[in-house]
Amino acid sequence: MSTQAAGASFVRSELLPDRPPPANLVGIFPLLRERLFSNWLNIALTLMSLAIIVLVVPPLVRFLFIDAVWTGTSRDACVSSSGACWPFIQAKIGQFIYGFYPAELYWRPNLVFIAGALLVLPLLIPAAPLKKLNAILFLGVYPFFAFVILNGGNLDLRRFLIGRFVRLDGLPLVGEVAGLKLVFWLDFLLSGTALLAVAIIASAIIGASARAVAKTLLLVLGCIALALLAVDFDFGLQPVGTRSWGGLLVTLVVAITGIVASLPLGILLALGRRSEMPIVRFASVVFIEFWRGVPLVTVLFFATYMLPFFLPAGVNFDGLLRALIGVTLFSAAYMAEVIRGGLQAIPKGQYEGAASLGLGYWQTMNRIVLPQALVIVIPGIVNSFIALFKDTTLVLIVSIFDLLGQLRAAFSDPNWSSPTTLFTGFAFAGIVYFIFCAGMSRYALYLERRAAHGSR
Amino acid sequence: MAAEFAVEMHKVNKWFGHFHVLKDIDLMVLRGERIVVCGPSGSGKSTMIRCINRLETFQKGRVIVNRIELADDLKRIDEVRRDVGMVFQHFNLFPHLTVLENCTLAPIWVRNMPKRAAEEAAMHFLNRVRIPEQANKYPGQLSGGQQQRVAIARALCMNPKVMLFDEPTSALDPETVKEVLDTMIMLANDGMTMIVVTHEMGFARQVANRVVFMDAGQIIEVNEPKEFFAHPRHERTRLFLSQILK
Repeated sequence: MSTQAAGASFVRSELLPDRPPPANLVGIFPLLRERLFSNWLNIALTLMSLAIIVLVVPPLVRFLFIDAVWTGTSRDACVSSSGACWPFIQAKIGQFIYGFYPAELYWRPNLVFIAGALLVLPLLIPAAPLKKLNAILFLGVYPFFAFVILNGGNLDLRRFLIGRFVRLDGLPLVGEVAGLKLVFWLDFLLSGTALLAVAIIASAIIGASARAVAKTLLLVLGCIALALLAVDFDFGLQPVGTRSWGGLLVTLVVAITGIVASLPLGILLALGRRSEMPIVRFASVVFIEFWRGVPLVTVLFFATYMLPFFLPAGVNFDGLLRALIGVTLFSAAYMAEVIRGGLQAIPKGQYEGAASLGLGYWQTMNRIVLPQALVIVIPGIVNSFIALFKDTTLVLIVSIFDLLGQLRAAFSDPNWSSPTTLFTGFAFAGIVYFIFCAGMSRYALYLERRAAHGSR
Repeated sequence: MAAEFAVEMHKVNKWFGHFHVLKDIDLMVLRGERIVVCGPSGSGKSTMIRCINRLETFQKGRVIVNRIELADDLKRIDEVRRDVGMVFQHFNLFPHLTVLENCTLAPIWVRNMPKRAAEEAAMHFLNRVRIPEQANKYPGQLSGGQQQRVAIARALCMNPKVMLFDEPTSALDPETVKEVLDTMIMLANDGMTMIVVTHEMGFARQVANRVVFMDAGQIIEVNEPKEFFAHPRHERTRLFLSQILK
């Protein structure tokens, strides 16, 4: 406008073509100058950063690689060196990965690791086919598979529900087939039938479709039966109690269970907290605030040492399982708040758009609200996952030895005591944790970018 | 057969807290009728049509849509919503789904239509609103006018008996208003029952059977468009028309 004289009218005769940007804006050097040396403050910060790198990186490289000892069979190899004592890791690697799991049975955890990887990888790759089947296998079948293989199965179940109130042992049916106590399965059959009858009567009273209720209940009971059958059946595997599990195995069991179970639980809690039903909302708030108000250490302590006092005599479930439940509920509360943040970011118009099309509550949540809300809070969710992964190490205080626990146990081995053993061990643990956490973080970043490409 | 009403509103009253937003709304809409609702902002126009598919609750009165009375029964409400399409000022498309998925979602999940059939129907309606080539894009990649046409197609995919429009052109830039209005005129020519809240008086003149003028939560005047614009009877209507028609 400034080139035209005031008041003169102007009509452009031809449109200008696009031109390339000025040369001094393209390339690496202008970029460096712009970013690192544009003013005195930036120059000072650049130089300071360089100084820190020079101070930290060379000693680290020297410790980890140059001065490090790579071979040896005992402390003698490392005692005079100022570098990392890698033979220590080499000697203890079995203990770090499997804990006290019997060495001749390492194939069992290995099988579980490989099966897990084979199921998780295609689940994480968006282009891989059969997502539904894959998810069912990983979430529904794999946990029981892993439990049976690791623990040995053959749980010797005796009582289901009715058996807890009525003595069924006296019946002539006390036989045992392939590790299955028939009394238990009789109990299961009776209890299932009783539950079914109650459900049908109840649905008749409230006017729901008895057929649909019965179908759902049968499906649920069928799944429970299959799961119980899997853990009760005698596959002829040598039992290895969870007391003997340890190392990375326990870290992964606790972390993956916590991660996989806390997400759906967190979603339900977040929805509950935003529900219009006062009782649901109140219950969710109480649950979330309770678990957020208590330190994880307390939760684990309570679950391990106090819970047995409150449970009826004879009910006693596994220590690791109790820790798992504690970790899951604890992180579900945090997850719920992260997800609630995402739910709040969804505009009212989305709910109205869905409502105007006749979508019900769950359809609206599953198809419209959650897909958008979860994408928004991917950073928060992954943050919780990573925190959970590292918090698993707290199970140490209830005498479950995860990777870090095994590491510390290994330090006390006099055969390997050297000035650098401690540093080497922690460096190793740091690297292992870093690989897992950085992996999660990078994958989340990839998911975020992918979602962003899709919708914007 | 006696005259059949698509929508009946009998003495509908609504309060937001102590604020009386709708006062004794009586409106009977015949099947196939096109109603344009106009009035100053805050007069309750949007609230009124949102009562028809229960996006807003009301405290007194009755609303009957396609012979189904809207009560607190959730099943009933979803039943009504299935047959009442709505187009919003801000489109309210689902940004994480493609245009085609936006259109097929409700037919598949609410009407249990097979996916193939739902997609065919969706393409039919996207053709009607003249944007079939955008079917695989995301809403964020479209212009405002295109998004609003997708929103219309999305509503049509449910084969609604009544279409509600809540200021469908107010958020559009002037160049794209016409394409949306043309789509709505096409719908009107097909005999769709339409209730339209709008400030587009040209549209009202051309398409409406009746124009409803609202102020302060009440219906002030209802008339055929010719009479309404030529001889407004109520003083408030005259003032309003003199403000917007220069």
